[in-house]
Amino acid sequence: MSWFSEFARSSLGKKFFMAVSGLFLISFLIVHLAGNLLLFQGPAEFNEYSRFMSNSPLIRFMEILLAIGFLAHIVYAYILAYKNRQSRPHRYAVKNNSPASFASRTMPFTGSFVLIYLIVHINSFTVKHRFLERENTDFYRTVVEAFQYGWGGFYWLFYVIAMAILAIHLNHGFQSAFQTLGFHHNKYTPLIKKLGSLIALAIPAGFASIPIYFYFFAPKI
Amino acid sequence: MKVHLKIWRQKNQQEKGHFETYTVDEVNEHMSFLELLDVLNERLIKEGKDPVAFSHDCREGICGSCGMVINGRPHGPDSLIATCQLHMRQFRDGDTIVVEPFRAKAFPVLKDLVVDRSALDRILQAGGYITVNTGSAPEANSIPIPKKIAEEAFSAATCIGCGACVAACKNSSAMLFVAAKVSHLALLPQGQAERTERVKKMVKAMDKEGFGACSNTGACEAECPKGISLRHIARMNREYLRATFIAE
Repeated sequence: MSWFSEFARSSLGKKFFMAVSGLFLISFLIVHLAGNLLLFQGPAEFNEYSRFMSNSPLIRFMEILLAIGFLAHIVYAYILAYKNRQSRPHRYAVKNNSPASFASRTMPFTGSFVLIYLIVHINSFTVKHRFLERENTDFYRTVVEAFQYGWGGFYWLFYVIAMAILAIHLNHGFQSAFQTLGFHHNKYTPLIKKLGSLIALAIPAGFASIPIYFYFFAPKI
Repeated sequence: MKVHLKIWRQKNQQEKGHFETYTVDEVNEHMSFLELLDVLNERLIKEGKDPVAFSHDCREGICGSCGMVINGRPHGPDSLIATCQLHMRQFRDGDTIVVEPFRAKAFPVLKDLVVDRSALDRILQAGGYITVNTGSAPEANSIPIPKKIAEEAFSAATCIGCGACVAACKNSSAMLFVAAKVSHLALLPQGQAERTERVKKMVKAMDKEGFGACSNTGACEAECPKGISLRHIARMNREYLRATFIAE
């Protein structure tokens, strides 16, 4: 396995794992969003979906894959960010970032914020759903209550801000992953960039629509 | 015209270094930036002071020797040129211009604006070569190379190894430099014999020198005096995956 450890330790190998795990996490976001949008269908539909999520063996298996995906993405991100920072011990007096996009320069920061969000989110819902309140059959109510009354009425806002930051992260991440995996061609790179911007806009907007709807438009429960 | 130069002065590798400001009167707008430094240095020598050390050689934009960061940009505020081709008409009368050496862990400052870029040479020595018979030149048309391939290889081969990509990158990554060499030789039939080992050896050497990884920001491409494209970095990534997972 020495060939594999050489690959995993190299800068290109680490970026490869970042790209693959990143694209996997995007695929998870799409599935997760599709499920969450059932909140707009009503309590019965969402609670049925939530019951399936806590009982299906397939979901148990996917949870393990997902945890590995998140861990790989986060651990490699911090290793790379640390090494990248070390590679310039003396900073420039004058900084000019004009050619590099804001999103591309701030990936460790937007990523770190998304990680904080992830911890809050898992603590609020996943832990309750999977462990603390396994007998709770009205998870719809738990979610709606959180967005309407959580944290003194500001919980929904934290979600919306987190989704805006996720949008910045995805806007660079999607297209950057393809570059890292070696896909760059005049024929399809412009399409990948456009698709990346679309994904970066549509996924976070879809997620953000949930707290916005329940805080501003839905009847209070 | 008249300009104020805020230049990084550092006696040697050990000294900490600091900025010093000099005012140069009677600057001709057709002067190159290096000629401006020549004028300043002549004055400093006459005053019995230490002239500003900087690297330069051909002054025609093709050797890759000169290189400094001017107002936050490697090779200064113009695109597709080395510092020697930067002219004072890019600046205005009374401007303060900040001049710093290329900053990277792998490029230690030797003196003032001179940095040690031998890390790039060591990466080349690790794999940036092909095996050929020396002696009489081979017949040029004996190996057919399609025009598109030749052009793509040449667009990578134009790299002059100046290190601006490293200086521009927020991670001090040398990916564009290494990619240019890997891509150039991987595209051509003459580079096939060492193709698999080359990319592995060069990436290993690059990591050993302490350069950062690539964040795909595109800063290197924008500052490269030869306009080398990020396409070549993608090709290097492909070559590395091929060498690791597919090649014999």
